[in-house]
Amino acid sequence: MGTTQAEMTIPSHSSFSVMEKPTFSIPAKKMAMWLFIIADTATFAGCLVAYGFLRNGTPDWPRPFHSITNLALMTFILLTSSLTMLNGVRAARAGDRARALRWTLITAAAGILFALLHIREWMSLINEGMTLFKNPWGTGLFGATFYSITGLHLTHVTGGVIALVVVGLRYKAGRYNADDLEVLGLYWHFVDLVWMFVVPFVYLLNLAH
Amino acid sequence: MTAEAQKSRSMSKDLMVYVCLLVLAGIQFVIAYQSISPGQMFTRMLVVAVIEASLALLFFMHLADNRGLLWFVVIFNVFVLLAMQFGWTDAFRLSSGVPWAK
Repeated sequence: MGTTQAEMTIPSHSSFSVMEKPTFSIPAKKMAMWLFIIADTATFAGCLVAYGFLRNGTPDWPRPFHSITNLALMTFILLTSSLTMLNGVRAARAGDRARALRWTLITAAAGILFALLHIREWMSLINEGMTLFKNPWGTGLFGATFYSITGLHLTHVTGGVIALVVVGLRYKAGRYNADDLEVLGLYWHFVDLVWMFVVPFVYLLNLAH
Repeated sequence: MTAEAQKSRSMSKDLMVYVCLLVLAGIQFVIAYQSISPGQMFTRMLVVAVIEASLALLFFMHLADNRGLLWFVVIFNVFVLLAMQFGWTDAFRLSSGVPWAK
């Protein structure tokens, strides 16, 4: 008598435990996000390394970028969005749902602004004659690698913006908790982190001097 | 330490990391306008990018608070990144002939 339901169904000498300590002491959802981030790092690294091989092995690699204003603005916006995401997660941890939603939506707005600036830049390059397979300055590989890498990043930003809005609203409605917002925050910081490598290698090394 | 003081300390730490990241990003832009060889430029930019990524990982993604996870992420990623470097000799061969060939 006096035993709980769990003690009755699982013998005390069993090698299994109902309350097994989670891997690295973090919740399963967070661990899943870290595994996704590790896999996605390999994806982006694969793209950037392949880009490096091609750039190094191609003599007529173009250097078409003249202005860094748009790029600097995009970088500033994305870095700032990481800070606003941190504020959102902090507010969620404090249990302030309205404030957490506000910061999450500000982060999403920064993501939208970043994507619009990115698309504007793409349109200007397309108008100059740069497509996936050819450009007026040199090897056609440049367009293929540029659009692939920046496109993959833009896809991540777009997906992140959608997730920010959905998770933010569901958190406000009480369907998600602060952990869910923190897991999404990890993803958003990762998108920011990838940009730190895309900027120097895809843009700045191809500045016209 | 009270919860409010802890929150304020965490906010100021995040703000400091954010400013560092902005400065480092600025440094990358400055490097892009230096009159140095592409190899030197690449190396300098890579060093700055790795510092930026480390700051983001440690403080924004809170890996500094979980040493086990930090080692897991670092070891796995470093292994994958090193494994991707096997093709560089071929990349050089395409532009300047078989390396070390007479």
